[in-house]
Amino acid sequence: MNAQELADRVGERHPSVVVARQEATLTLERTELLGALAPLRDDPELRLDFLSSITASDRPGRDPRFWVAYELYSLELRHRLRVKVGLAEDGASVPSVTSVFPTANWLERETYDFYGIVFDGHPDLRRILLPDGWEGWPLRKTEELGGVNTWYHGGAFIPPVDRRIT
Amino acid sequence: MPVERVQGHLTGRTAEESEEELKRGLLMTSLDKAVNWARKQSMWPVTFGLACCAIEMMATGAGDYDLSRWGMELFRASPRQADLMIVAGRVSQKMAPVLRTVYDQMPEPKWVISMGVCASAGGMFTNYAIVQGVDTIVPVDIYVPGCPPKPEMLMYGILRLHEKVRTEGHAS
Amino acid sequence: MSEREVDALSTGEVRQETMIVNMGPQHPSTHGVLRLLLELDGETVVSCEPIIGYLHTGIEKNTEYRTWQQGVTFVTRADYLSPFFNETAYCLAVEKLLGIEAPPRAQVLRVLFMEMNRIASHLVWLATAGMELGAVSVMLYGFRERETILDIFEAATGLRMNHAYVRIGGVVMDLPDGGLDAIGDFTAMMPGRIREYENLLSRNPIWVERNAGVGVLKAETALGLGVTGPVLRSAGVAKDVRRDEPYCGYETYEFDVPVRETADCYGRFELRLEEMRESLRIVEQCSERLREPGHVMIEDPKVAWPARLEVGSDGIGNAPSYVTHIMEESMEALIHHFKMVTEGVSVPAGEVYVPVESPRGELGFYVVSDGGHRPYRVKIRDPSFVNLQSVPAMVEGGLVADAIAVISSLDPVMGGVDR
Repeated sequence: MNAQELADRVGERHPSVVVARQEATLTLERTELLGALAPLRDDPELRLDFLSSITASDRPGRDPRFWVAYELYSLELRHRLRVKVGLAEDGASVPSVTSVFPTANWLERETYDFYGIVFDGHPDLRRILLPDGWEGWPLRKTEELGGVNTWYHGGAFIPPVDRRIT
Repeated sequence: MPVERVQGHLTGRTAEESEEELKRGLLMTSLDKAVNWARKQSMWPVTFGLACCAIEMMATGAGDYDLSRWGMELFRASPRQADLMIVAGRVSQKMAPVLRTVYDQMPEPKWVISMGVCASAGGMFTNYAIVQGVDTIVPVDIYVPGCPPKPEMLMYGILRLHEKVRTEGHAS
Repeated sequence: MSEREVDALSTGEVRQETMIVNMGPQHPSTHGVLRLLLELDGETVVSCEPIIGYLHTGIEKNTEYRTWQQGVTFVTRADYLSPFFNETAYCLAVEKLLGIEAPPRAQVLRVLFMEMNRIASHLVWLATAGMELGAVSVMLYGFRERETILDIFEAATGLRMNHAYVRIGGVVMDLPDGGLDAIGDFTAMMPGRIREYENLLSRNPIWVERNAGVGVLKAETALGLGVTGPVLRSAGVAKDVRRDEPYCGYETYEFDVPVRETADCYGRFELRLEEMRESLRIVEQCSERLREPGHVMIEDPKVAWPARLEVGSDGIGNAPSYVTHIMEESMEALIHHFKMVTEGVSVPAGEVYVPVESPRGELGFYVVSDGGHRPYRVKIRDPSFVNLQSVPAMVEGGLVADAIAVISSLDPVMGGVDR
């Protein structure tokens, strides 16, 4: 199915689907997300049964601030659908899809690690890539790039050594 | 007009102090010389390959650019059995304490080569995640720039380290 | 042991405790800085938790602070064993946002270098897998062949690894003189070498013992966990992005997608050797197509990288004729060059997801643009990151030595996992 046909089929159930650059994007509310995934998988013309990626993007100052994007793929029919959920700044949380797609486990942990978006119902939501005690959500646009003052985990900043300590 | 003596940028010593050190070095005994020669002849690196530079380090140890000519093809897994740490790759904030622990576990005498520009100075990743130069964590003897440095560049760095060990010995 | 202790063991009165062993992040038997927290009952793994993040580089955040063209140099260092794949996927995503297509010759060059990169990456896998399981000589053979490929890369792009060769709109330089001959020599030599590896390992009883039946991951579990690449294909699922969602003209090439049914480490070993052979087929077809001349960079001056590079006395740099053109002949060309190099491309707003088939699985790029000169969000869907989630499923219940065989058959590259 090409993107327009896919969008039409999805649009029968969910009206907010757009096609741009041969890609179909479906926008859902956070309450609708979990309920929508099983029909998308079971519909014989959609069969979207593989989750490729979960990520988020941050638009500070706008509402919704965070957009969480799920890339769904159909192994049988070889087409893709992007599902996007918009989250406001306060209480940025979305239901976890690990019950439907076990692969979402680490993908959601990574999104939590980078943006601070909480995935309700995730079996083990904690930081995955950054050190455990890290404060802040680095990929938010309001956070700086960093790298000026090196922070050595453990609390100490060791000054550059110019004499060997024997 | 008296010339101002400025603190050495890297050594932190004045020129007079450096001269004295050199004179002391020249007065090394033949036992010292023999010991230094033996130390440089077969330095065993500890496996500390992190990222892309690690692949070039493995290529340096493999057949085409053979590190075995200097007795160094044996990368020891245990830091207790190694005397050279080649920090090959970008060091993230999470890895920094591990780096320090491995360095501390190595017995004296030990040397550190910082391979690649990420290990030497943070490289192109001037951001929250990468330590801007491993010399903030461990004392470095030789910096080998490059992204990644070709095996020939790493070999040159290793040979300079051998020279340094042979002439200056362990204490600097 | 005393008699009383022996009695206690046999009647089960002795309390069995599990031991927690930490493997890594600095360990010779893991591919890079992967840390495994293993709970062992004797030699059996009760539970396994992979802990990652020791190579987190913040590449995705860094791309937001640089121009679109500079994103190539960041992204190429994510999965550092398959740099061409990272670059191509990123450039395909940006080109999709721009609504342009690279010229045909550039696409052939992209396919050529990607397939040679696949062979090089599988050689590193073979070398490290062999070394980790004890076949140390395989390490030397794998790197020996890789040097031939890296020589070709160096002649064509200037670098052995992390080449910033694939750019938005095409590739930056055409093949050098003698490049096609070097590639021809390589494709002539390689099949014999792959046969050598097979003779060395395929029926070796130790290799078979350590790999056959180890790390079984059935198709359904694999798909649920999002596993792609050779691990999925060894379980019988013929998912290959080159076949399913072709890019760069892959639909016009003749190649097979090897599949195995055994779903174990030995199947993945055989599969990767087959993939090397298939890649050689594609490389030969690319060499045929490269006999006709053509542009390697798109003509559109608003997108194309402005420089014309040439190998000079001190390496690869701007061609002297081009320097003369911008410095002496044309002021507009100089201004244009300046603007393209400093400010870069301006990409219309939107978002795309572009997958490619990297040696480890589906490598996807989710790129968001807000219409400016810098990427707004670049997310790298790395296959190793998702594949590593399947390690507990494959390792738990097995022996601790099998954990090493499993991880090497998974072929994770921590640069891609941690980015």
